[in-house]
Amino acid sequence: MTSPNPPAAPAAKRSLRERIDLERIGLALAAPVLAVLLSLLIAGGLLAASGRDPFDAFSIMWNYGTASDGQVAVLNKATVYYLAAAAAAFGFRMNLFNIGIEGQYKLAMMFAAFVGGQVDLPAFLQIPLLLIVAMCVGGLWASIAGLLKVYRGVSEVISTIMLNAIATAVIGVLLVPGIFAPRTSGTTNSIQTEKISDSSHFFAIETQGGTLWGFVVIAVLVGVVFQFTLNRTRFGFDLRATGRSESAASASGVNVKRMVITSIVVSGALAGLVGLPELMQNTPYFGQNVQTGLGFIGISVALLGRNTPVGIAFSALLFAFLDASGAQLPTRGDYPSEIIPVIQGTIVICVVVAYELVRRYGLKRQQQKVGAELAAQAAAAAQKEVAA
Amino acid sequence: MVANHDIDITVQRGTVHALMGENGAGKSTLMKILYGMQKPDEGTIAVNGEQVEFSTPADAIARGIGMVHQHFMLADNFTVWENIVLGGEGLHGIGAKAKARIRELSDQYGLGVKPDALVEDLGVADRQRVEILKVLYRGARILILDEPTAVLVPQEVDALFDNLRELKAEGVTVIFISHKLHEVLSVADAISVIRRGTTVGDADPREVTARQLAELMVGAELPSPESRESTVTETEMLRVEGLRIAKPDAEGVERVVLDDVSLRIRKGEILGIAGVEGNGQAELVEAVMGMLPLDAGTVTLDGTDLTGTLTRARREAGIGYIPEDRHRHGLLLEAPLWENRILGHVTERPNSKGVLLDPAGARADTQRIVDEYDVRTPGIEVTAASLSGGNQQKLIIGREMSHSPKLLIAAHPTRGVDVGAQAQIWEQIRSAQREGLAVLLISADLDELIGLSDTIRVIYRGRLVADADPATVTAEDLGSAMTGAATGHIESDPEALAEAQAVVAEGTEAEHTSDAPTDAPTDAPSAGTADDEQAGE
Repeated sequence: MTSPNPPAAPAAKRSLRERIDLERIGLALAAPVLAVLLSLLIAGGLLAASGRDPFDAFSIMWNYGTASDGQVAVLNKATVYYLAAAAAAFGFRMNLFNIGIEGQYKLAMMFAAFVGGQVDLPAFLQIPLLLIVAMCVGGLWASIAGLLKVYRGVSEVISTIMLNAIATAVIGVLLVPGIFAPRTSGTTNSIQTEKISDSSHFFAIETQGGTLWGFVVIAVLVGVVFQFTLNRTRFGFDLRATGRSESAASASGVNVKRMVITSIVVSGALAGLVGLPELMQNTPYFGQNVQTGLGFIGISVALLGRNTPVGIAFSALLFAFLDASGAQLPTRGDYPSEIIPVIQGTIVICVVVAYELVRRYGLKRQQQKVGAELAAQAAAAAQKEVAA
Repeated sequence: MVANHDIDITVQRGTVHALMGENGAGKSTLMKILYGMQKPDEGTIAVNGEQVEFSTPADAIARGIGMVHQHFMLADNFTVWENIVLGGEGLHGIGAKAKARIRELSDQYGLGVKPDALVEDLGVADRQRVEILKVLYRGARILILDEPTAVLVPQEVDALFDNLRELKAEGVTVIFISHKLHEVLSVADAISVIRRGTTVGDADPREVTARQLAELMVGAELPSPESRESTVTETEMLRVEGLRIAKPDAEGVERVVLDDVSLRIRKGEILGIAGVEGNGQAELVEAVMGMLPLDAGTVTLDGTDLTGTLTRARREAGIGYIPEDRHRHGLLLEAPLWENRILGHVTERPNSKGVLLDPAGARADTQRIVDEYDVRTPGIEVTAASLSGGNQQKLIIGREMSHSPKLLIAAHPTRGVDVGAQAQIWEQIRSAQREGLAVLLISADLDELIGLSDTIRVIYRGRLVADADPATVTAEDLGSAMTGAATGHIESDPEALAEAQAVVAEGTEAEHTSDAPTDAPTDAPSAGTADDEQAGE
């Protein structure tokens, strides 16, 4: 009896050619590239409509981005965006929409700043301590949404949005003189925590373009662990299975409730890291004028990067480049920096639509290919039969 | 991909014309073309001698062609009358005139539909009549019925056939899709058989025998689920005691879905559960799998109490599961085959070592399953969605069997699977049974139940109301127990039984001629390929 299937190549050793499917890569790249081009077109159109030269604006951005000081600024920003996007992506992989990264990282940052100001251990203990504090705070804050979802059926979208608002209020309550901020004699209006101890400062690399934050190492590490966990561990398989089909996962024995809580806590813990580069490398305290919006940027970056560690690395770099170079626009010519959010917004909208289209096309194409191959096999078998 | 080619069918007015073919033979595609849901690449359709072209179902309706789908499309919280008028408001308005028209049609065709009843209060058979009336209301003179008997018990099937004869007498043409031989022979005036997407022959039901028809349909001889030596042992494998589950329904009223269900399955025994769908079978399966919390009762497998354990622990303890809805519960459709092989057994070898996955091991074992279970696929990297239903099912069965289960829960294991694959699946379940597997079999196909099971229990409204020995019961008697008409131990009248078995010997079971090849998993290639034509769908 001949098997209709071609003799199996030993599955354990797949050649490089088998691993790299050019068509799949092409399909995966088509959507983001098209989205970026389309958004540049729209932004260029807007600039032209307001009587400005879009090519000049783009060249200002490009020149800044290729200069060494620009590159360092982009990398530093991208580090932060990458962490935020990793937090969002971890939830997305399980179909959980963690919009609460915003609140999680601010709260975590404040606690880390407070602890960093109160404790002064040697750096090799102090730095891990701050990382752990931030991750715990972020994870705990996120766990509220997870528990509400599992035991009360509250959509995590709603609860995390509300938790963002509550986080702001909690910060307002805690960040007062006597609690998290030191009692000052009151010459300054801005309230902030005490400066973190010197041992809390993360290492940095001085380059000719400025200071490159050492936190980029943490971001890379997060990416590697993310990829490994998702693709090589049982936990990761359960998580992806739940994301693809909750019903199939639960029939296969995944404890979906526990999975929801675990993954939202992990997402929150990653979110807790988002504020640390700023705190440990740039501004050594947490104050009222802390940068906001990183959580939402993270969601956009994760969407563009398709929730894969490598994908979000590229999209974090792109977003960081747009932000950093966009800030140069008003100073080097009569260009509004608002054009940058327009570009980012259109990229995200286009890419979401394009990914869905590409996904459907890919599925259909594969079905057709499988059908055609099977028909060919059947025809070959029939011919053999006739010959025999 | 060619799903249909060179199909020639001529249907006479005022007849019941049956279209037969195994699953995946191309019946559905043909129907979609006739109903304007899909456009043919070549060929013509003529209605009443006039050549027509349909680009949407609306065109087909305008020509008097109506379709009753296998899955009903009714709004539960509307009355019959509202459901019928919905979308056809322009015909007779939405008021008394419309209602009068519904009564008139119902009387004319003897459908006995009550316009003011709420659809959610109706049974399956009544809902089907509402669907038929809905189509007639829109002026259809040609009705297409897609496997209308799949959801009905034998008594309801007879009632449906009476309705069809009535429609025929009124000059309505009925195109009736089915693969059940005895039903087609009893109701059809003409028969067309489709195999591998093309018409292979027409038959006159007065002259053709069931055996000839089956041969036309399948084109190969197939094994039967009949006759074999008992492998039932005395060792108890599964014991379920006093299972009770109550769920609140849409209105918040507590409904008891499983009430005091107790059963035991011994090693090497297949216990069949008969019942009309929605009587608690799905809940029973989920309760044994640990997917539904119990209100009362215990589940014991091979002496180990599993009552409080989670699904994963139960799977590790040796429960294999072939789910009723493989797309929802059995597969990750957009994941490659080898990841689907891991699903459900992620903690076991060869899928993982410790907490780490072993993709290489899983891939190698997937290839083994593909070869051994004859899964037709170009490779193991393609997504599960690109396989046809039968091949998806073979993959699932291969996966579940690969972990030498003690108990296999098989819910409708051959649903939506072509006859060739069906025979293989039966044989695989059997050979595992010979090695001491206990099987809980849920099926809507009474022939399958009677053919495979060692014992049959009947479930009705969440209770096990009757039991039967498959050797001494007919499908008809089982059917009446399924409607709650009979309880206790049912045994058919020996005469009726002998008659039924004679019919079976000559008819239905000719689908699967009795000399069962023991190496069925690798045999029957010609029947199997028909299924692959669905691959592109």
